[in-house]
This record gives sequence, structure tokens and C-alpha cells, in this order.
Amino acid sequence: MDASALLDCVTTSSCLVTQTTSGLIVGMLLFLVAAGLTLIFGVLKIVNFAHGTFYMLGAYLAYTVFQITGSYWLGVLGGGLGMALFGVLFERFLIRRVYGANVLMQLLICYAVVLICDDLVKIVWGPDFRAMGMPPEFQVPPLFILGGVVPPFYLVLIAVSLLIGGGLGLTLGLTKIGKIVRAAAHNPDMVSALGINTTLLYSLVFAAGGALAGLAGGLAAPVRSLTPGMGFSILIESFIVTVIGGMGSIGGALIAAVVLGLIRSFGTIGFPQFTEGLMYIAMIIILVSKPSGLFGKEIV
Amino acid sequence: MRANQAALLNRRTVLAASAGSLAMPFIARAQANPLKIGIQSIFSGPIALLGTSSRGGFQPEIDRINATGGLLGRQIQPVYRDSKGQPQEAARVARELVNTDGCELLLDAEASSGAFAVQEVVRDLGVLCIHCAAETSSLTADPKLRAPTAFRSARQGVHDAIVGGVHSAKVAEAKKLTKWATCSPDYAFGRDTTAQFLEFLKHFAPNVETVSQSWPKLGQPDFTEVITKILQARPQALYSALYAGDLSAFINQGNVYAMFGAMEVFVPAMGDLPVLTGVKNLPAGIQSACRYLPAFPDTAANEAWYEAYRKANNNDYPTNWSWECATGIRLMEAAVKKAGSTDGKGVAAALEGLTIDSVFSTTGKVTMRAEDHTLIDYAIGWGTTIPKAPFLTAIEPGDWGQIAELETEWKKKNGYV
Repeated sequence: MDASALLDCVTTSSCLVTQTTSGLIVGMLLFLVAAGLTLIFGVLKIVNFAHGTFYMLGAYLAYTVFQITGSYWLGVLGGGLGMALFGVLFERFLIRRVYGANVLMQLLICYAVVLICDDLVKIVWGPDFRAMGMPPEFQVPPLFILGGVVPPFYLVLIAVSLLIGGGLGLTLGLTKIGKIVRAAAHNPDMVSALGINTTLLYSLVFAAGGALAGLAGGLAAPVRSLTPGMGFSILIESFIVTVIGGMGSIGGALIAAVVLGLIRSFGTIGFPQFTEGLMYIAMIIILVSKPSGLFGKEIV
Repeated sequence: MRANQAALLNRRTVLAASAGSLAMPFIARAQANPLKIGIQSIFSGPIALLGTSSRGGFQPEIDRINATGGLLGRQIQPVYRDSKGQPQEAARVARELVNTDGCELLLDAEASSGAFAVQEVVRDLGVLCIHCAAETSSLTADPKLRAPTAFRSARQGVHDAIVGGVHSAKVAEAKKLTKWATCSPDYAFGRDTTAQFLEFLKHFAPNVETVSQSWPKLGQPDFTEVITKILQARPQALYSALYAGDLSAFINQGNVYAMFGAMEVFVPAMGDLPVLTGVKNLPAGIQSACRYLPAFPDTAANEAWYEAYRKANNNDYPTNWSWECATGIRLMEAAVKKAGSTDGKGVAAALEGLTIDSVFSTTGKVTMRAEDHTLIDYAIGWGTTIPKAPFLTAIEPGDWGQIAELETEWKKKNGYV
């Protein structure tokens, strides 16, 4: 533990700005992945253990589209749309068969998909790492705000992630489809009894979840190494976010992701040997004081 | 009676014929009798490059040996296994290769974390094993950890640390770099090589002070918080033992913070072709060890090996691990021939002090040092990156006399001698 370094950091504007933006970018990308995970759980009560694979495939698709078109934004879009389609197929042909089944059966199917996709990635893109590289429009020097270093690319990522998160929140909160989704999460039988096509709704939810993970993969691709199995580490952190935020809560996922990002960015200064441990301690503290997570429904 | 004899004859004939037919596969097998060599590495995940480029180093050598009559007259049959980078899996795989698959020799291309686990299995089974990728010095330097039938054809961390220390100290003196930060993977290899590098750097440049140290996890997707922590410490120089996909991600993420313009950067694993070509927007001026480049040593034989490797491996680039693995199997070939068997103790005795011709040496020969079972006299040097081929310039070769001298001092200090 290096308490003096942490104290120096939080009392210095340059360190505060740099570490806060660093925490925000880590948190926002995590939020996009975790939002899809929590959305699927909230409506379908399915814990999608294959969600990290959606993120990985999204990144690889974005990489390929970028290679072909040279456009980063088309790449991101390709990653999102591709994973929306993959989500629909995944739900239609695999997950639909185990609704209401033992969670072990769901876990088995998800794990099989993870292994199959990892191998497919190796066959299609090769086992070695791939790097998209920074798109030319973002090859600019970082900004210096109050002495802190802030990369413009990360500001764009934070803004885009907030837009996507905000759009998702508004859609769920204000639109008719959002109300149906929320109603289905609360009482699917009643929604079905009202004549609403829940089969289509469930596919739509998986499409949205897949798109969110795919978009996160595409957005992060310029600064991350693309490797088979890259979804695993982000899946674990996404689960932590989902559990801390409350299973099924989008707002909770946002706050938990940002908290986790900030724990990482400031933890690495104050607790360099124990940054990972800090995340789990935060999870334990929150779950002990509120077992359903920050914004989860109370377990009765 | 005659009827009984006829019946007996018939029975005997049938029994003999049955026995003969049952024995046929064994006779055929004895004639073919391939020599199984277990080869384990990481073939999946962020460090899959280790496995693929190791196989790229082994397989052409195996094909060459098989094409020229095999080893001890037996065709080599490699049995490749993926440990997925898990030490417990590496140990399980090693045991399975010997006990279940019937491998008589082992070539271990695991990262150091796995190699230590494999070494304990080798100690237990007494099989001959050459570690072809693990660079953590203590694996063979520490007599308590060394196994009688385990050897290392990989470069050794302390050798790189000495040469890196000499080179970096010169740069540090010339550019007055006194405040240093480090960022290395959080396991034995990262921690050991970093400590050794700093030890030798400070040996030659006593004014150097470490202002920040970071230990990201192996395969960590995001290094942002580590990069910003380094920037906060405002070092004049940075040393990193990251490699492969992790190094690529670190450089891509460091670029957005313009980190490489803010300090002098020393990365031993940078001088490897897949990294140099795989990293987009490669910053110029990174100081790196030459892991493997066709231009070092700058000989026709090395260039020819490079071309042959690419031809045999879908035009992929060889890595540092490729030459280490090619050297491992060449040493194994020479030792098995010398011993006339695959017996662990016999081949180990043949390997101790064995010198073979090598294109990966500035003198044309490499030696398996007898006292600590590790490779010496291979090409070792540091240079400066440029964004296009040959990617590393002004390569300064290490002096093996100086390396041996400082290594002995280091061993004494650590109680290894």
C-alpha cells in the first residue's frame, strides 16, 4: 500500500484529471458489455456466460470491416450489427431450448459456445494477436487539461458510450417497446396473455445485448490486442459490475462500472499490489450491506 | 487316438495361427516404432503466438530429421499439447505425454510459469526435457530448482539483463536518465527479469533511481490505469518486460497518451518480428533486445533459416521462441545420437557441455553449459527500433566473456554457487 502516493494523487489536479478519465474509459467500456449482460438477465433470467464471446467477436468483426473499408465507425457498426444478428441466432437455436431449465444446462450451452467460437476465431483470424491500430482521424496528440493527460480518442469513446447507454435508458424508460420489455421482466406470463409476441421480444433482447457487447468490442479494438479468448477477462469484470449494480439494473451497471473503473485507476496508485483484490472487496462490501446489489430488487 | 491327434494338431495349428495373427500388429509396430516426442506449449489465448511460433521452429527440424532417416533409425512422431497457459495444466499435460501417450522425450515450450511445473514432473519421471521458451533464470540457475534431466535451450533472463544493463547504462549516462519506471507482467518471469535488469543497470549506472513499478496481469486487456500511473511518476525512462499481445496492447494504449515521446523506453521483447510488424503505429527509438531478427547475426545462414521458416509456416514471421525451439530440438538430436538411446540419464550426460553448429550465434556455435544446463554463446544484443524493416538498428552485440563473469557474481550473490 502506498497511501502517500494516493494522497498526492487526489490532491494534485493533473493526477486527478488523468486518473479520473482513465477510470471513466475503463468503466464505460465495461458498462457497455455489462449492460447487455444485465439486460438479458433482467428480462430472461438467463445468465449469459457467453457474453464475453460476443465482445470478442464484435472486436474481430470491427477489425475485419476496418481492414476492408478503412472506416473505424463502419467497423464499430459492423461489430454491433453482427453481434445483434449473432445474439438472435444464439437465442433462437440454443438458449430458447433451455428457458426454465437448470442453470447448469444454460452454463453448459454457453460454455460450449465460448469454446466453439474461440476455436472458430483461431481458424478464421489465426491464433496470434491482431492489432487494428489507431484510425488516422484519432492519431492526434493528447489534450492537457489542468495538467492532466487526456487522449481525445478516449473522450470520444466516453461520449459514445454515454450516448449508447443514455439511448438504451431512454428506450427502456420512455418508449412503448421499453415498457413491454420492462413488463416482460416483471411478469412475462401477463405480457404474453396480453397478446404480445414474447418470442420476438426475447430475440430482440438478445439482439440488443449482443449489439452492446459487439459495439464495446469494436470501440475498444484500436487500443486492445485481439486474441482468441479475449472475452474471458472482460466477462469476469462484467459479472462483478452486474452483481454490484444489481442483476437486471442498467443504471446500476453504469454506476458500478464507473466505480470499478475508478477503483482500478486510483487503486493502481495507492494499492499497486492489490488492485484486482480491491474490486472483489468492493463487491463483498456492497453485497454484505445490500445483497441484491446497488439497484437490484430486494430478494424476498 | 489318431482322431485325437488330428484334433490336437488342428488345435495347435489354430492356436499358432491365432498367436501369429495376434502378434502381427506388435511386429509391425516394432518395425515402425516411431519415436514419440511430447511437445507442449500455449496454443490458445493472448500468448498463443508462443505455441504457434514454437511449433514453427520444431516442425521443420522434425521433418528434416525424418526425411534423413529419423533419429536412431526411428521416425519422430511429435505429440503437441496445449496447456492453455495454466501451470497445473502444464504439469498434467507433461505427465500425460509420458505416461499415457508414451513419449520418450519432452520439448517444453511453456512460459516460465508452466516450465516450473513441468520441471517437477520431469524430476519425478526422469525423462529428458529441454525447456525451449522459459527464460526465468532460476529455473536452471538455482541448484535447488534444477532437475538432473532438464535443460534450457531458451535465452536466460539474466543474460539479457546483463547485456541490457550494459547497453541501457550507456544510454542512461549519455542522456542523463536517472528516474526510471518499470511495467512488467505479474509472474515469475516479469518480476525476475525486471529485478535483474535493474540490478545490472544500477551496477553500471549507480545514479539510477526507480520511481514507479507496475505489475499488470498476464493477458490484461486494458493497461490504461498502468500507463497513467507511469505518466504521473514522470520518469525519464521506462523498462517493460511485457511481450506478444500484451506488449502490442500496451504500445497502442501508450500511444494515445503520447507516452513514448515523454520518456526513453527499454523493452527487451520488442525486437521480435511478429511484434514489430504486428504493432500498428510503431514508435521509433524504443531500445530493445534483439530477440530474433534475420539481420542479427547478419549471416547468409541466418537469412536462409529465416526464409525457410517463412516458407514452411505460411509466410509467418519466426519469433524468438522459434529459434530457441529449433535449437532445442537440434541439441536433442545431437545428444540422442551421441548417447545412442533416449534414456533420460544417458541423453542428459551427452547434453552436458555439448556444442553444436548454430546459425543463431555470432560465432557459429552454441553450447549447453554443463554446470547449470543452460544455453550460452547465442546471439544477444540490443538496438533501437525504427518503424520499417529491418526494424532494429545499431545493434550492439553482448560480450559473452563479460556475461559469464557478471553471471557468476550474480549467482554467488543469490547463493546459487
